[in-house]
Amino acid sequence: MATPDRRQWGVWQWLDERIGLADLAKLARKKEVPVHRHSIWYYLGGMTLFLLMVQVTTGILLLLYYRPSAEEAYESVQFLMAEVQFGWLIRSIHSWAANLMIFTLFVHLFSVWLLKAYRPPRELTWLSGMGLLGLALGFGFTGYLLPWNELAYFATKVGTEITGAVPVVGSFLGRLLRGGDEVTGATLTRFYGIHVAILPALTVFLLGLHLFLVQRHGMSVPPNVEGHQAARRVMPFVPNFLLRDLVGWLSALAILAALAAYYPAELGQKADPFASAPVGIKPEWYFMFMFKTLKYLPASILGIEGEIVGVIGFGLGGLFLLLVPFLDRRTARGEPSHLFTMIGIMVIVYMIVLTYLGYTEVATQ
Amino acid sequence: MGVGGTGSLLTLGFLAVVAWPMPAEAQAPPEGCVACHLEIGDDRLVTPAKEFQEDIHAAKGFGCTACHGGDPKAAGMEAMDPAKGYIGKPGRQQVVQVCGRCHSDARFMRQYNPALRVDQVVEYRTSGHGRRLLEAGDTKVATCTSCHRAHTIRPPSDPRSSVHPLKVAETCGACHGDAKYMKGYPVPTDQLEKYRRSVHWKMMSVKGDLSAPTCNDCHGNHGAAPPGVSWVGNVCGQCHTVMAESFAKSRHAKVFAQMGSPGCATCHENHEVTEAGDEMLGLGAAAVCTRCHSSEDRGGKTAAAMREQIDTLRAEYDKAHTILQKAEHAGMEVSQAQFELNEAKNALVKARATMHAFTIEAVKREIEPGLQISAKAYERGVRALEELQFRRKGLAVSVVIILALIGGLVFKIRQLERR
Repeated sequence: MATPDRRQWGVWQWLDERIGLADLAKLARKKEVPVHRHSIWYYLGGMTLFLLMVQVTTGILLLLYYRPSAEEAYESVQFLMAEVQFGWLIRSIHSWAANLMIFTLFVHLFSVWLLKAYRPPRELTWLSGMGLLGLALGFGFTGYLLPWNELAYFATKVGTEITGAVPVVGSFLGRLLRGGDEVTGATLTRFYGIHVAILPALTVFLLGLHLFLVQRHGMSVPPNVEGHQAARRVMPFVPNFLLRDLVGWLSALAILAALAAYYPAELGQKADPFASAPVGIKPEWYFMFMFKTLKYLPASILGIEGEIVGVIGFGLGGLFLLLVPFLDRRTARGEPSHLFTMIGIMVIVYMIVLTYLGYTEVATQ
Repeated sequence: MGVGGTGSLLTLGFLAVVAWPMPAEAQAPPEGCVACHLEIGDDRLVTPAKEFQEDIHAAKGFGCTACHGGDPKAAGMEAMDPAKGYIGKPGRQQVVQVCGRCHSDARFMRQYNPALRVDQVVEYRTSGHGRRLLEAGDTKVATCTSCHRAHTIRPPSDPRSSVHPLKVAETCGACHGDAKYMKGYPVPTDQLEKYRRSVHWKMMSVKGDLSAPTCNDCHGNHGAAPPGVSWVGNVCGQCHTVMAESFAKSRHAKVFAQMGSPGCATCHENHEVTEAGDEMLGLGAAAVCTRCHSSEDRGGKTAAAMREQIDTLRAEYDKAHTILQKAEHAGMEVSQAQFELNEAKNALVKARATMHAFTIEAVKREIEPGLQISAKAYERGVRALEELQFRRKGLAVSVVIILALIGGLVFKIRQLERR
């Protein structure tokens, strides 16, 4: 870090005069991370950020070979996997890091929820985080189709069909996503555009806001810790916490490398729009609980189509999640809020059980 | 009898040719006949009336009198007045004319099924059955209603029909498999038994491929006759075109003809055509070549050489296929190589077909490209497995480096916090 010796360096001085490095160094020195029994959860956000950086890097490398058309997409990925030096590694890491990132993102979300880190003044941090979750799911949904293989094709077909169940604007949304009435090469090109341009642009904005707010408000100390611990222990962010972060990131990198070497991303068969859907098509695991819920719903609920009820339900669920900081008034007032803890636990259990059932129950067409 | 043939009844009477110079128009059932016949209490008379209700002719609007003559409007026994054209149960010779009266009339048949052929009677006259019945007066031979059971006639596409592809062998076998009935005819009676052991029947009955051949596909249906020795190859060649073409140009085609040996059937049998395998070729225990050739003669040497070529390609293909599968199971991307290897398999299939030219050169022409493709695919399999090893080693090295870095970091953190 910035030491008095270093400040004497010409480059440091030159930059300091122009962008104020000394101020940044001062800020970094000032930043502290609370130390308590729940500190472990503070690493999840950083881990998600690291995995996002892996995604950006590997994604850019994939762009060098990927060709976004129904005629060439599958072949270009096949070429990348079989012929390009380390192409398999880049694609496998991209695919695995995507899954790990969504996983750490969910863990981050629920740890923030259960530790009530969303309470004032961090409502906007929560909102921007929820926005980032939406973007991550969007990345997952659009990226899944890009290899243009059979499984991805039919999963996207089902996925975009579900948007058709959204009341009023459903069919418009479905057509907007598909770029027509069916999943075609137009959908692929559209998803590619969304995946590599629209979502990254929105991510830069929301992530910037999220990180700024985290920086501005500092790490939240859970209310139960805040109340009981008389003497608050802290550690400097730089270098103590950052070095610990690095340990986590390096471990994640080793895990990613092992996963890529032992379970490289599969490619399967090229998508054939005229073929019948393969048995047991499944969405990505993080959509499984929603997919399974829609499957369990009866055809008609109170005279309304079951799927529409399900989609409205998830819409309301999402809205509830978004508004948690504003609905949980007890936490906002500094009182214990067991209700919201219970709701959080129930949501986690629901997601785990439904996902489990999605993978263990007999595959249906 | 075949699906594409005529699933039709030849039903109108010999005498009736005089009584009804024109085919009968469809008349809506029920007629008076059915009302009495259902009540009459004698199975011989009740059954036809009952069964006919599901017959294709009833469905098309024909009644009893269309074939049996008589007066459809009369309610009692007077309906069966010979003066009104009533012929009773047509005799076996009569049946041909009864059926042919409509079924040989293109203009008439067009109204009901324009696609149906109208040459059944003409064909029948050329058949073994027809010649015996019409020229020698032998009434034991099959006539229209022997195969198309009167009163329960259905189109050949109907699985309940006696001429549905799955039922044809049974229908022909009812007579041809009955040694007692066939006594006095110079025809064996084990065809049905043999056919049931053949690959053709297996394809049809087990794999459900209704296009697989049954009796009528080789013998004809209305013109049924045994294929002559010189044209067996043409019959088999309808489906097995490549083999037949190679065979036609081969030395064997001429020699077999001179020997009076029935072409394809010389090695493959006729009714009991079993699945052909590589073991049939060469000089091994199961090889058919050894029936005439030995390791001493040129033919035997050619057979052994062709077999060796085919065996080599098969082994090379298997080797490449196995290694690619191993690579695929290990998660390597080898689909392109697997796709290309299919060509080697095609080459093997082609070599097995071209072998019927009985020359080493012809087989070699197919085998060599197959060997090259297999070698290339095998090499790609080897490369994929090498790459896999490289990945595993690379992983081990990078994990060691990462662990060292982690160790360094942990050491640094401790050092920092000890201060």
